[in-house]
Amino acid sequence: MRGVLQGIRVLGSRALDRAEPVIRVVIYASGWSSILFVAAIFFFIVKEAWPILPQVNWGEFFFENRWLPNPAEGNTPVYGAAGILYGTFAVTAVSMCIAMPLGLAAAVYISEFATGKVKETLKILVELLAAIPSIIWGFIGLVIVSPIIQDVFNVEIGVNLLNASLMVSMMAIPLIVSISEDSLRAVPDSYREAALALGASRWEVIYKVLFPAAKNGLLAASMLGVGRAVGETMAVWMASGGTESIPDEFSPMILFERIKAMTATIASEMPDAPHGGEHYMMLFVVGIVLLLISVAINVVSDLVIKGIKKRNS
Amino acid sequence: MSEHAHIEFNNVTVRYGRNIALDDLDFKVKRNTIFGVVGPANSGKTTMLKCINRTIDFINTAKVEGRVTIDGEDVNELRNVYSLRRRIGMVFPLPVGLPMSIYDNVAYGPRMAGIHDKDRLDELVERCLKQSVLWDEVKDRLKSLGTKLSGGQQQRLTLARALSLEPEILCLDEFSIAIDPVTTMKIEDVLTSLKSEMTIILVTNLIQQAQRISDNMMFLNNSEIVEQGPTPELFANPKNELTARYLSGEMG
Amino acid sequence: MSDVEHPFTSSRHERRKGLREKIVRYLMLASTFAIIIPVLTVIVYLFVKAAPVLSWDYITQNPGPLGKTGGIWLPLMGTFYLVLVSLALVAPVGILAGIYINEYAPNNWFTRTIGMAVTSLAGVPSIVHALFGVGAFVLTLGMGKSLLAASCTIAVMTIPVIVTATREALAAVPMAFREACWNMGATKWQTIRTIVLPNSVSGILTGVILEVSRAAGETAPILFTGAVASVAISTDTFDRKIAPYDLTEPFMAMSYHLHVVAEKISGMPEGMKFGTAAVLIALILIINSFSITLRVWLRSRKKW
Repeated sequence: MRGVLQGIRVLGSRALDRAEPVIRVVIYASGWSSILFVAAIFFFIVKEAWPILPQVNWGEFFFENRWLPNPAEGNTPVYGAAGILYGTFAVTAVSMCIAMPLGLAAAVYISEFATGKVKETLKILVELLAAIPSIIWGFIGLVIVSPIIQDVFNVEIGVNLLNASLMVSMMAIPLIVSISEDSLRAVPDSYREAALALGASRWEVIYKVLFPAAKNGLLAASMLGVGRAVGETMAVWMASGGTESIPDEFSPMILFERIKAMTATIASEMPDAPHGGEHYMMLFVVGIVLLLISVAINVVSDLVIKGIKKRNS
Repeated sequence: MSEHAHIEFNNVTVRYGRNIALDDLDFKVKRNTIFGVVGPANSGKTTMLKCINRTIDFINTAKVEGRVTIDGEDVNELRNVYSLRRRIGMVFPLPVGLPMSIYDNVAYGPRMAGIHDKDRLDELVERCLKQSVLWDEVKDRLKSLGTKLSGGQQQRLTLARALSLEPEILCLDEFSIAIDPVTTMKIEDVLTSLKSEMTIILVTNLIQQAQRISDNMMFLNNSEIVEQGPTPELFANPKNELTARYLSGEMG
Repeated sequence: MSDVEHPFTSSRHERRKGLREKIVRYLMLASTFAIIIPVLTVIVYLFVKAAPVLSWDYITQNPGPLGKTGGIWLPLMGTFYLVLVSLALVAPVGILAGIYINEYAPNNWFTRTIGMAVTSLAGVPSIVHALFGVGAFVLTLGMGKSLLAASCTIAVMTIPVIVTATREALAAVPMAFREACWNMGATKWQTIRTIVLPNSVSGILTGVILEVSRAAGETAPILFTGAVASVAISTDTFDRKIAPYDLTEPFMAMSYHLHVVAEKISGMPEGMKFGTAAVLIALILIINSFSITLRVWLRSRKKW
C-alpha cells in the first residue's frame, strides 16, 4: 500500500514538474488578470451608461437637488443629484465623527494598555465585529435602533441620518481599529522606552511620541474608514429613510432628517428602472461617480499604508 | 581537458547597478584542491561564489562581464542552469534546515533531480550524513524535523544536502560563523578528506582556518584580488603589504 | 523646593499628571467598551427575539407564502451554493495570482500596477459590483439573473481577499528556504510546490474562510444579479432538497431574504424577521470562529 502511495506521489511529482511551462503561463495569466478585472468593471459600467453620457447636464447633476426620474404627467425627468451626494457626504461625515475617535481610542487601548489574554480577546472581538455583514446592521438600524431613537429624542421617524451614521460607524470602526493598531505596533518599543525614561507619562508617550510616529498609518486608517462609509449600501439604505433633502440650516436637528445616499439610490431604484432607459443609465452614472471616489480613496490610503508595512517588517 | 583548471575566472567584473562588486577578477582553481578565499566584509567573496553557480541571475541589478568557466566551458552559455547548480554544492553562513524531516532534507536535491528510487535514496542519505559527521547523532530520528536541530547540527545538515548530488565542486561561504568551534573542527576534517573527490572553494573570515586546510589562497579586498598563490607562501612571504597586514591580523 | 527635600515622593505636578493619565486610560477603556457592549447586547437581543421561531423545522422548511410562515431552507441552500460556486471560481485565480505577485513578478512598474489593481478592486463599493455584474454577466455574457451570474459577481468582488491572504502567507515563508533550494538546482516551480506552498496552506485557508464569510453575508452584489424574493421550486424529493437550484436560474439567499422580510412585506411576524437575522449572523460568526481557531491552532504547529 505504501508503495502504491509512494508511486502516485512520484508520478504526480514528475507530472507537475514536466508541466512547469504550462503552469507558469497560467500563473502569469492569473497575476495579470486583476488588471483585467478592474478595467472590466470600469468598462462595463461605462458601457451601460454610454448612450447618455454626452447628454448629461453635469451642472444640474452635481448642484441641483431634484432627483425626479419618474415625474408627474407631462414633465421631463430631472436628474439633479445634489441631494443624493449630500446624503452620502452627510452619512460619511457623521459616521466618521463617531467612528474615528472611538476607533482610535480603542486601538490605543488595545495596543498600549491591554495585555495578555485581554488583548487577545479584544482583538478577536474586533475581528468578529468586522465580519458582521452590512445587511445585519441595516436590520439592526431599522428594527432595533429606530424605535430607540424615536423614544429617546422624541422624534417622529427613527430612520434618519443619525441612525444610518451609527450603523455605518459600527462597520467602519473595526477597520479603523485594526489598521490603527497595526501602525501603533509598528512604532519601535525603543521610542516608548526613551520617552518613559525621560519622565513622560503613558499618555504623553502616546500623544507626543506615538501619534506623530504613526501618523501615516492612522491617516490611512481614517481614509479607509471613509472609503467604507462612502461605499456602504445595505446598512445605509435600510436605516436612512430614503428622502433626498438638503437641510436649509445647519443645526443638530439635521441628524433626524431622512437622507438618501448614492449607494442606496442605486439599490432602491434599479429594479424599477426600465432596462436601457434614461433612468437606468443615470443610475449607472451615479455608479461611475461612486466608483471614482472610492477607488481614489483606496489607492491613496494604500500608498500611505505601504509606508507602515515597510517599517513593520 | 586536463590542461584547464577546474574553475577559471577570466577578467570577471560584476556590477550591482553602478556599484562595482567584483573588479577584473582573474584566477584559477586546480582540481581536487581546497582554494581559500579571504578578505574583509563586502570585498566581493559571496558575489564571486554566486557567479559560479549562476545564482547571481536572481539579482535583477547585477551585470556580469568576463568569463567564468568550469572545465573550460563558460557557465553562462550552458543551456541547463539547473544541472549546473547540481554540480556545485553550496553551504551558507547561516545554517538553514528545511522544514521537513532530516531524511527529506538530504533527499531533497536528488528528488528534485528525478531520483525517486527508495533504496538509492536511503543509501544516499546515509552516505551524506556520514560524510558530514551527523549520522551518528540523528540516525535514530531521521523522521524528525530538520529545523529542530541545533545550529551546529543544521550546518552539518546543510553540508549533507550540499553533498547529496555528488557535486564536483563544493563552495562554502563562511560556514563557521554561526556554529561552535568543535563542529567547525569536525567539518574542517571532513573537507580535507573530501578533497580527493571534489574541488573545494572555502570562503572564510577565519585566517587560521585558511592556513590550516587550504592548498592555495586568494586575498580579496575592495572587490579586487590583492594577491593569490599557494597558501604556505602567502603566509610566509606575502608580496603585498596589505596581504601581510591582513594575514597577521592587523587589518580587520 | 519640596522636590529637593523629598525626591522620592511625587510633586503636585506629578500627581496631576498621574491623575490625567488615569482619566485618559479609563476614557480609552470606556471607548473600547462603548463599542463592544452595545454590539454584544444587540446580538443577544437578536437571538432572544428569534428564540420562539428557531427550531429544526425552521431551518429545514421552505418559506411559506410571502415568507410570513415556514422556514428558511431555500434561502439557506441558496447561500450555500452561492458560496460554493463563487469559491470554486475565485480560489484558483486568486491563489495563482498571489503566487505570481509574490514569487514570480519582477520588481517593476507593471507589478506595482497589478498590486494597485488588487487594491482598487478592494475599494469598489458592493453596489458598484452589482452594476458590473449586471453589465458583464447578466447582460453581455447572457447569463441572465442567475446563481451563476451572482456567483461570478461575488467571485470578482472577493479576488482581493484571496490574493492578499495568499501573498501574506507566501511572504511568511523565509527567503532562506527558497535560496537553499535554488542552490540545489531546484527550479522556481519545484521550490514553490515543495516548500513554499505547503507551508502557506494555513494562511491561504484563512483567506478562503474570509471569502466564504463575505459571500454568505453580502447582499448588494446579488441584488440584481440573481437573488429573488421567492422561487417556485419544490423540494419534495431528497436530491431536490439538497440541490434545489439550477445554475442558470435565480435563487433565494439568506442575506437578501433578510432584506425582504425586514422591509418589503407588511404584516411580517417579528419572529420571522429576527429568526432570519439570527440564523444569518450565527452562520457568519461560526464561519469566522473557524478562521480564528484555525490560526491559533496553526501557530502552535509552527515548523520553524
